[in-house]
Amino acid sequence: MSEAVKNMSDYKNDLAFDVKDLNLWYGKNQALKNIDLQIERNKVTAIIGPSGCGKSTFIKTLNRMIENIPIVKTEGEIIYDGKDIFNKSVRVEELRTKVGMVFQKPNPFPKSIYENVVYGPKIHGIKDKGLLMEITESSLKGAALWEEVKDRLNDNAYGLSGGQQQRLCIARALAVQPEIILMDEPTSALDPIATYKIEELIDELKKDYTIVIVTHSMQQAARISDKTAFFLMGELIEFDNTKKVFSNPRDKRTEDYVTGRFG
Amino acid sequence: MSYESQILEEDIDMNQKKQEKFKIEISEKRISRRIKLSRISRYIFSLSLVFAILVLVILLYRIGVDSIGWLNVNFLTGKLSIFPERAGIFSVILGSVYLTLIVIPVTLILGVSTAVYLEEYASNGKIKRIINTNISNLASVPSVIFGLLGLTVFSRMMNLGSSILAGGLTLSLLVLPIIVVSSQEAIRAVPGFLKEASLAMGATKWTTIKKVVLPVALPGILTGSILSISRAIGETAPLVVLGIPTLILTTPNSIFDDFTALPIQIYYWTLDTVLTPEYANLAAATIVVLLGVLFLMNSAAIIIRNKFQKKF
Repeated sequence: MSEAVKNMSDYKNDLAFDVKDLNLWYGKNQALKNIDLQIERNKVTAIIGPSGCGKSTFIKTLNRMIENIPIVKTEGEIIYDGKDIFNKSVRVEELRTKVGMVFQKPNPFPKSIYENVVYGPKIHGIKDKGLLMEITESSLKGAALWEEVKDRLNDNAYGLSGGQQQRLCIARALAVQPEIILMDEPTSALDPIATYKIEELIDELKKDYTIVIVTHSMQQAARISDKTAFFLMGELIEFDNTKKVFSNPRDKRTEDYVTGRFG
Repeated sequence: MSYESQILEEDIDMNQKKQEKFKIEISEKRISRRIKLSRISRYIFSLSLVFAILVLVILLYRIGVDSIGWLNVNFLTGKLSIFPERAGIFSVILGSVYLTLIVIPVTLILGVSTAVYLEEYASNGKIKRIINTNISNLASVPSVIFGLLGLTVFSRMMNLGSSILAGGLTLSLLVLPIIVVSSQEAIRAVPGFLKEASLAMGATKWTTIKKVVLPVALPGILTGSILSISRAIGETAPLVVLGIPTLILTTPNSIFDDFTALPIQIYYWTLDTVLTPEYANLAAATIVVLLGVLFLMNSAAIIIRNKFQKKF
């Protein structure tokens, strides 16, 4: 690798996603309008906005999960790892291995805790039992769940509490060794204590992962994120350091929203 | 979007109702009347169950009485005969078993594959709707018509005559639409969030179907399949149309041999009671055997289903 290319890639390495002029339609309804956004590595980026502003749509575009809805049409570029993720040479399976996702409602498989964690590694071809056990332990530790479940790995995941289930889903996402974790309102179905634990976990995870989190709660965004993007009616209104967005927003609409005047 | 707006509308409805401020009066009389009604409804519903059980008991009793003395080891292991006291139904049982062995794999493989394609791969549109409607319609076509179809295609065109294979394939056709519809429903009931979880980890569509959709849907698929395959085993009309012989003195050795099956034998013996009254007893004994076979099949299938249910 030549020096120049290396420098280039170093510079690129600071960015997890470079979203360029992204437009998205559900049939004829435009849900995202000209989004330009740079998501930095090893930071927590929060996406806030009122219901129907396109924040969930946006986060699901980053790992192309949105394409499971057949009527969706996209335009523009999202550069990840030096490539446009919409490029034909990019395989979604590969992209989603690198860009993991945690959903709004905890969605463990109706299997044992162990089977849940090793689902990803197994589909990617790991068969060695010792290795799978190692992955299980490190993933569950990574999701701060190991101590609570280490004695009952073969119990059904549905026996766990909602907060534990959500951390299991995080562990399951960690098990495929992603670089980025997308979280779509991960605490909206949880009680305050479970929410607190997940927030603590996010703070821990950002050392090793890039996190993009959609949240309904502005307090949550203020507490855990480094950068905040405010979406409204499919447009990116403001994107800046979280402190700036909450204390001294540039746009009047952002101010109205973060001070609770609407939304 | 539409879901959210729906919730919103419900919220608005609730608010409007609150604003009307009607008062609920608690009257002792009304409440005790409602509790009484609730109790009576319980009896009405249990009464319908009593009716079903009563019919079954009468049937079992009649058949049981008629078969006493006729249902013995010789009857189960012997060969067919025109003399009632020498008749045995070993070859008949064998015929039904062969039929089952053809119907189960053919219908499960074709039926579940069709359901997977329609639910997971086919794009929603007019063509899929037309196909779905047609499959549902096929499920309610009388079995005689499937018999005629089997006679045309399997017996005549493919020259299978009245062999076990022709009979098995005809019964498979009869069952297939029901299995497709019930499997489709089972697959549709698999929550989308489980599929999403799998896809979001980089699984392909096929991996997701194999490891998430089918295991979760399996108990439902089996329930529908068990019921419809049991129906097929007790089906008479299509086999009559195929021209299954009345009396067969050899035991079938391969799926290309002629055969006779339990329901057919019951039918023929019942027809001939006018000539030989003892045939009624033979028919009764055969019915007991058929019910026994169905009972065994259903229990086996339920055990298999429960095993899978626990595993996933």
